[in-house]
Amino acid sequence: MSTPYPRDGGVPILRLGDVLVTGLLNELDDKSAVAFTDELTERIVADSARGVLIDISRLELIDSFVARTLMELTTMARLLGARVIVAGMRPAVAITLVELGLRLTGVETALNAEAGLVALGWQRMPQPSGEAPRVSLR
Amino acid sequence: MSTSETTVRERLLDALREREQEIADRWVRLQLEQSNPGGDLGEHELREEADLLIAALGAGLASDVPVQRLVASQHELRRTVIELSLRRARAGATPTATSLAVLSLKEALLEAVQHTTRDASELFRAAVLVNRLLDAAGALSFETYVEGREEIIQRQSRQLMELSTPVVRLWHDVLAVPLIGTLDTARTQVVMENLLQAIQDNEAKVAIIDITGVPAVDTAVAQHLMHTVNAVRLMGADCVISGIRPPIAQTIAQLGIDLSTILTRSTLADALAAAVRLTDQSSAPTPYAPAGP
Repeated sequence: MSTPYPRDGGVPILRLGDVLVTGLLNELDDKSAVAFTDELTERIVADSARGVLIDISRLELIDSFVARTLMELTTMARLLGARVIVAGMRPAVAITLVELGLRLTGVETALNAEAGLVALGWQRMPQPSGEAPRVSLR
Repeated sequence: MSTSETTVRERLLDALREREQEIADRWVRLQLEQSNPGGDLGEHELREEADLLIAALGAGLASDVPVQRLVASQHELRRTVIELSLRRARAGATPTATSLAVLSLKEALLEAVQHTTRDASELFRAAVLVNRLLDAAGALSFETYVEGREEIIQRQSRQLMELSTPVVRLWHDVLAVPLIGTLDTARTQVVMENLLQAIQDNEAKVAIIDITGVPAVDTAVAQHLMHTVNAVRLMGADCVISGIRPPIAQTIAQLGIDLSTILTRSTLADALAAAVRLTDQSSAPTPYAPAGP
């Protein structure tokens, strides 16, 4: 791998107001984890983000390494003034984590990306008044 | 196949065909003389079974498969015996009664042969033949009976497992699992899987685990509860444990089990109130504000 993980086809880090939205993919190795941490912390400072949403719905397994990475990211972000929410953990992943006795100490979780964003202060669009746009049946 | 066996077999087949009704009647009567022969089966059903089995026996004897292997290899006959045994297993007959009922067909058959011949040696050979044939049927019946029961037991324990861990939706974003019975590792696994899946499907925010039906809480059960709560929290939902009775509260305190990180309530009603408050908090429009002034 010549270029680090997030900048080369990895997960983009999106800025939505003062919240950064990103995710983790399977097969996170040491090198890409370090690169991801570097980029995320830099972006938190550069964009003066107040919240970070990390979507992990694509992860099929969380081992002790990924768990530690998530805990470290949370601590680092908190030191930089941002709150981290880890969203979208699969039921099977949660069960495995608990059975392996791994803890995600200090890490906030949310059911899915939407719930995570709501927790970070985003609101749903208000329901449009009146009728829904009509679709012609013919 | 020796010539004498062929002769005896033909003789038996003739008797079977000529006196079909008689044999069936006799067999049904013999079974009714035994105590509780076919469980809940009535005379009419026994008669239907008899007709089917005798027809299958006739078809089997008419083929040229050796008698010892007739029940095992003749498809029609085998199926009839299996169905008969399964039906009785389901009707609640004992295995002994079922195989004895099959074996009592011997008597009915031999009586019919007796009417066709008076030759003692031929009768003896016919008896041996009938014995070989129906002993195999009796053994198959016993085997099927046991398999049938086994299947029922497995199905019931599977049903019990699923029935004992229903996940119900109590309120918007609030799910509840009423636990009945002791919580062991296998149950915990099923509860966790059902609960987490339901949380994901319903996008629930709070899950209530009601332990009113759990007879005792020891360290192992508490451990399982903690695991479930931790897994629920990893999914981004919160957990309330309800149904803690005074004796259970005492046990938990005396055993020194730490449930201080979990919200607990004594009744499901209190837990629901707490859960609704929790969901109100989390859905209230609280704009994000960083800590500090």
